[in-house]
Amino acid sequence: MTEDCASFFSRKRLEDRLVDTPIDESQVRHVAQLARLKLSDDEIRQHTVDLVAILGYVEQLSELNTDGIAETTHPLPLCNVLRDDEPQPSLTPDQALANAPQKRDTFFGVPKVLNQEGG
Amino acid sequence: MSALKRSMTEPGITFRTIIGLEVHVQLRTKTKLFCGCLLEFAALPNSLTCPVCLGLPGALPVMNREAVRLAIRLGKALNCTIADFAKWDRKSYYYPDLPKNYQISQYDKPLCQEGWLDVPGEDGVGRVGIQRAHLEEDAGKNIHDTPGCTLVDLNRTGTPLLEIVTRPDLTSADQAYAFCTELQKLATYLSVSEGSMQKGQMRFEPNVNLAIVRDGIEYRTPISEIKNLNSFKAVRAAIEYETRRQLQDWMADNSYLFGERPHENRGWNDGRQVTELQRSKEQAHDYRYFPDPDLVSVEVGRNAALQGELNRPIDELPVARCLRFQAEYGLSANDAETILAERATADLFERAVEAGAPPKVAAKQFVNVWSKLANEYRRSIAELGIEAKRIGALAKMVEQNTVSASAAKTVAAAMLDSTDGPDFLAEQLGLIQVVDEEELAKWVDAAIAANEKAVQTILTNPKKAKASEGFLRGQVMKISSGKADPGRAGELIAKRVAGLKDQED
Ligand SMILES: [Zn+2]
Repeated sequence: MTEDCASFFSRKRLEDRLVDTPIDESQVRHVAQLARLKLSDDEIRQHTVDLVAILGYVEQLSELNTDGIAETTHPLPLCNVLRDDEPQPSLTPDQALANAPQKRDTFFGVPKVLNQEGG
Repeated sequence: MSALKRSMTEPGITFRTIIGLEVHVQLRTKTKLFCGCLLEFAALPNSLTCPVCLGLPGALPVMNREAVRLAIRLGKALNCTIADFAKWDRKSYYYPDLPKNYQISQYDKPLCQEGWLDVPGEDGVGRVGIQRAHLEEDAGKNIHDTPGCTLVDLNRTGTPLLEIVTRPDLTSADQAYAFCTELQKLATYLSVSEGSMQKGQMRFEPNVNLAIVRDGIEYRTPISEIKNLNSFKAVRAAIEYETRRQLQDWMADNSYLFGERPHENRGWNDGRQVTELQRSKEQAHDYRYFPDPDLVSVEVGRNAALQGELNRPIDELPVARCLRFQAEYGLSANDAETILAERATADLFERAVEAGAPPKVAAKQFVNVWSKLANEYRRSIAELGIEAKRIGALAKMVEQNTVSASAAKTVAAAMLDSTDGPDFLAEQLGLIQVVDEEELAKWVDAAIAANEKAVQTILTNPKKAKASEGFLRGQVMKISSGKADPGRAGELIAKRVAGLKDQED
């Protein structure tokens, strides 16, 4: 990392990077829809700029030479963290529902779901 | 099916059905996949949750070793390669039954890969390829039928599932049905799953399309995925319906083709027996998988318990065991299948044989005596809780004519309420077969005297003689309260009747 952060985040640098980055407003709209976020046009514009900056910052990693280094999905030198199949106490329904905005009996209540999609 | 056959005969058109299946099998653990909440069906809603399965901030999941072991066991039985390295990924989507807004699943490094399952069918055994089988957590339950709001019960969130994905090798609704039932047998037999359809422990999603050939040119219809079927019957009916529908839709509009029309998600309407197109929002399948930073990898070779499961020889599977029961014990195929319907019962049978039970007699008792008692109590034979030694002893008594087969039923019933051996109980109930010739003669004479008509039939009507002899033998058993040896009673009846005939001649 040769650049210091202040200069990296300067407006000028960002606009340069916008040219060769795949993130654009339509993608931000798409991700917002997937995350069920309602964003104004101004917010979409701002998030596009921010996301470009964040991704650009992370992109610096690609400057490192990683030839011969095994792909990893985790920074910890651990695997097989397993537990026995033994029951632990659960919360009571009252505890589980304590912060629910809406409840019926011991159910969570949510706004009516119309179409049944899911995983 | 008849409608199908008719449409197949339209000139110049033939088609075949291409089916792949995704099956979710609930693993038989006590607790959830990533937390210690108990798995219990129909518990009070939201009484089996904790910060982990509610997806509360800061809670950390920890893998249940038993779930991984069971997945390895079923994966091996499906002839899969068990990965040295498997990892966990987040599958993101929004739905009220998924409190974290992502499901923990395995995307590019599943635990089990590339296997097969042989499925018996009318034209012999068909081999169905398994593309992969991966572990994942279940979602909760939404209840939509309350006006004004949807109710959510999160007891089921985090239930361990093995999702098994087949190759599109299945060619008919019947074969898909057979695959699902075979898989259930295998999973329950290996104690990997309880396999209860009532509790929703197996759920099926067929992918169906057609390859239609007209004038030597092949056309493929769009693939439809039928979501969340929860019975074998629904699997068969939904695929049959979908086959008809796709053929009709293609005939009505020849541009109804794979690649030109989108992949369809369809739901099965059991009441109307039709599939219905589900409105799915654009991009609903953008799950944005990425590795779960809260969970480390599963590396079977580096854990003794997991490696032990991998090394364990695969248990003898039901088909092989059925053949062995016939060859080794001389059982009929029917008796062997009845005993093998439940694994614990089959194990009990073998332990009884080891304890000295004559196999054929013991098998008859499993089929005729123990299964009836088990039905009365709505349990399996094994769940009756009778020790193999006592079951074996009763079979031996019948073999040695100490009690009659019918008296053995009474003894068996008495064994349920007692820890005493069958010999003691038979003695107490007065069911020990009497070898005393004099007593037997008294019973036989009494039966003959009271049933003049049957005797006359034997003497005059050869066609009905056998039946009447059987009737008299039954009367002897009745008079003796089951104490007579039916074989010897039969002999004596024949002798006495022959004597009467001599007198008449
Ligand atoms: Zn929990």
